[in-house]
Amino acid sequence: MTENNVLIRLSAAALAEKLAAGEVTSVEVTQAYLDRIAAVDGGPRGVHAFLHVNTEEALAVAAEVDAIRAAGGAAAEELHELAGVPIAVKDLIVTIGQPTTAGSKILEGWHSPYDATVVKRLRDAKMPILGKTNLDEFAMGSSTEHSAYGPTRNPWDLDRIPGGSGGGSAAAVAAFEAPLALGTDTGGSIRQPGAVTGTVGVKPTYGSVSRYGAIAMASSLDQIGPVSRTVLDSALLHQVIGGHDPHDSTSLPDPLEDLVAAARTGNVDGMKIGIIKELHGEGYQAGVENRFNESLELLKQAGAEIVEVSCPNFKYALGAYYLIMPSEASSNLAKFDGVRYGLRVLPKDAPLTIERVMGATRAAGFGDEVKRRIILGTYALSAGYYDAYYGSAQKVRTLIQRDFEAAFAQADVLISPTAPTTAFKLGEKLNDPLAMYLNDVATIPANMAGVPGLSLPGGLADEDGLPVGIQLLAPARQDARLYRVGAVLESLLEAKWGGPLLDRAPELAASAVEPVETLVDAQEAK
Amino acid sequence: MSTDATLSFEEAMEKYDPVLGFEVHVELNTKTKMFSSAPNVFGDEPNTNVNEVDLGMPGVLPVVNRTAIESSIKIGLALNCKIAETCRFARKNYFYPDTPKNFQTSQYDEPIAYDGYLDIELSDGTVFRVEIERAHMEEDAGKLTHMGGSAGRIQGADYSLVDYNRSGVPLVEIVTKPIQGAGSRAPELAKAYVAAVREIVKNLGVSDAKMERGNVRCDANVSLRPHGRERFGIRSETKNVNSLRAVEHAVRYEIQRHAAVLDSGEPVIQETRHWHEDTRSTTSGRAKSDADDYRYFPEPDLVPIVASREWVEELRATLPEPPAERRKRLQADWGYSDLEFRDVVNAGVMDEIEETIAAGATATVARKWWMGEIVGRAKNADVDPGQLGVKPETIVELNKMVEAGKINNKMAAEVLDGVLAGEGTPAEIVEKRGLAVVSDDGPLLEAIDAALAAQPGVADKIRGGKLQAIGAIVGAVMKATRGQADAGRVKELILERLGVEG
Repeated sequence: MTENNVLIRLSAAALAEKLAAGEVTSVEVTQAYLDRIAAVDGGPRGVHAFLHVNTEEALAVAAEVDAIRAAGGAAAEELHELAGVPIAVKDLIVTIGQPTTAGSKILEGWHSPYDATVVKRLRDAKMPILGKTNLDEFAMGSSTEHSAYGPTRNPWDLDRIPGGSGGGSAAAVAAFEAPLALGTDTGGSIRQPGAVTGTVGVKPTYGSVSRYGAIAMASSLDQIGPVSRTVLDSALLHQVIGGHDPHDSTSLPDPLEDLVAAARTGNVDGMKIGIIKELHGEGYQAGVENRFNESLELLKQAGAEIVEVSCPNFKYALGAYYLIMPSEASSNLAKFDGVRYGLRVLPKDAPLTIERVMGATRAAGFGDEVKRRIILGTYALSAGYYDAYYGSAQKVRTLIQRDFEAAFAQADVLISPTAPTTAFKLGEKLNDPLAMYLNDVATIPANMAGVPGLSLPGGLADEDGLPVGIQLLAPARQDARLYRVGAVLESLLEAKWGGPLLDRAPELAASAVEPVETLVDAQEAK
Repeated sequence: MSTDATLSFEEAMEKYDPVLGFEVHVELNTKTKMFSSAPNVFGDEPNTNVNEVDLGMPGVLPVVNRTAIESSIKIGLALNCKIAETCRFARKNYFYPDTPKNFQTSQYDEPIAYDGYLDIELSDGTVFRVEIERAHMEEDAGKLTHMGGSAGRIQGADYSLVDYNRSGVPLVEIVTKPIQGAGSRAPELAKAYVAAVREIVKNLGVSDAKMERGNVRCDANVSLRPHGRERFGIRSETKNVNSLRAVEHAVRYEIQRHAAVLDSGEPVIQETRHWHEDTRSTTSGRAKSDADDYRYFPEPDLVPIVASREWVEELRATLPEPPAERRKRLQADWGYSDLEFRDVVNAGVMDEIEETIAAGATATVARKWWMGEIVGRAKNADVDPGQLGVKPETIVELNKMVEAGKINNKMAAEVLDGVLAGEGTPAEIVEKRGLAVVSDDGPLLEAIDAALAAQPGVADKIRGGKLQAIGAIVGAVMKATRGQADAGRVKELILERLGVEG
């Protein structure tokens, strides 16, 4: 293994320590990741996790951190723990100085005039931003195949999906193209890609991380969260991006708990961990089920009490989700009309009215899945249907929240497989939206109730050798519990495997022929 | 242009009973917008008072302006409304380029204020109670200017310009319940109601309340029903009637138009109408029968607004005296007749007179100056009297000089002009212009002697007891002293000179 290959495989926490100790510079680390991106991301068989690589700015921030460290003194002392540790950002989150596309043609070439709050916090921590990662268009999908700029491939098997919508962020972290990434999770878009790529992903409590600057799909469900290779790394990143933001009215006023301490002092002794009866068994792949049971066994050995809880209304969650999410999305996506920014398409024939320009722009700029959800949501909100659809779905939401309350009265955290299956093949479910939607059956309830969820690698499924994710769920504002339990389970599993799960992922062949930017350009041109 | 038939107002009233309803939009004068930190300022260069939120950029979120909520609660309280303990915003979805998000964030089924009333005093002193359905918060849209084509209308325009400065300006929409029983007073009531709302929001200090700038905008609903019938007729909604006079005229016109439609046996069409000041008529706008579906749903980006009872009571304690009560109190204090007081109110100098009295003038003196001198000057300068820049202290000082006999009324008016021209204080101007009344008899006697010598015939008449002839000599003396003499003193001196008993 080359020196760089060692560097890029380090966790963010380990990198941070080496940077602080002066054993490595941020420029070296950042360059190693940029080299890795150049090596494995482009080309016809590349991972294609990135839509934009932010080489110059990333290196400039890295150099700034190195200069501060070299100068020593108070400024060096005040550097954030993660200063100089690079990160990738899902291309749904707006950034000054880089394009933000949301994976859509309708925002092709658009540059945001402002930074998302989470991006500001990354900049305040002086974390070099490596670039923007691929996603299903406007985060609508579970496979990243709905990106207008081509799919991302799963580093475990390049013919398989990396999950979605945050397949780019998960694949970038799994393929050692970044130590950390930001994702967004509306129905599982951080956790399900984490599960199928063997990485860690956290959907924080609704309101605990500012949504300001995350292009909204469904405002009442969306949440930004960390993507990483270890539980501790997610906690470190969560601590950077979390906390109250006056720009987001739904942001919680409470100060953030010490999540890093929770991850460092993991302990499950005497804890009650609840298996959700409705979220495993029938419909779940056997290999997924096996790994899930294995994790339960390990937790029990570590002193946890495993109990079974029932959430009878979870079976309505998917249906209700597919009314609320498209309803909100249909309104949130109305602003993309070609009037103020982004794509503008003029109709070929007269008359050239504003309605026809808006129509032509949206017809050309949105992909099929986006249109499907806009139509669904517009219908569900229509006069005469509102009560039956949106109204009923909101009632289901209340029932799901009550199920959680009852479950958390019996258990400190809940546990389930993150996704019912391992990664499926590219194209396999593209023409069957309902089958695609079912992939989120275990992740959606958390969004519907606003509670936090964490997915961590649970091993490889026996039948296909692909990663399985274990999901932990905690009551709202108790994100620390996820890190406390997650860290324990992670260490137990790694002890069993003899190292991180990602060590078992196949080596990616260096394609290194095409830099990523030209790949994007080529796709933009077609 | 309107080709609609109308009935005479009198005939319409004989046959039908009008029912009215108003939606008055009040723009709040908060420093920043309803949901963003951009300035809420009128008249700046297009698209300068905007930020990413007002432009509906991807990823932005709204944050409610607390002052706007306070202002809305104050308006609700002044309209005798109940204030909701919690209420929410909703999204009103429709595609139009003046609305950057393609939805308007507005309260829908949970207004902040509801179930109020306003007692409207008509010109003959009768009081009519208008019931308020609700007052709810929303954001204003941007402003479209249609270029090319005719008369700035969208039909036939080549292109349109959008100014988002107004986008997101806080609005309170005040909706009445159907107003029944006004009869032939309907047009007058319409004007008086809108005037009362305007006065209330101005008095509260929550809006600049300038109708010509669109700070207060009125949509007037009119329907007719035959006398004695319970059920309402089909209504029309005349949009953006933006002066008090126009409100009265528009309601009168719509009553006459509806009456003609009903008389012809046709149904009234439920539609919006546009008011045209030039022809004092309305034209058909958009049919409302194909009711737009705005797909309202609760705004998920905002948390409910909680108005604690303590907060509401705190705000209630800050409310100024209601305008109608204040007027009654002031008229009684000042001892003006009904006519005098109405003139003062109509001239818009009630506040100024109050301040002038507070500065030390009597009610009579204050009225004399404001109504007699300042209102006319303001009219000539085409500004509100209060904007002319006359300080209460100036009036008090001028009046003291007149009473002390230092200057006469004519001079005082001249001094006022000097003050308005920025020449200094009244005392300085009297000094500079040499305006003091000539009180030394020496120069006066010289002038009198010269005048008597010049008009010996007149002098003889006066000596002969024809005292009314004295005016010619007084006039000549005043002319010679360029008006600086005290006319009373001149008269005395003339009689003295001629040895005549006055």
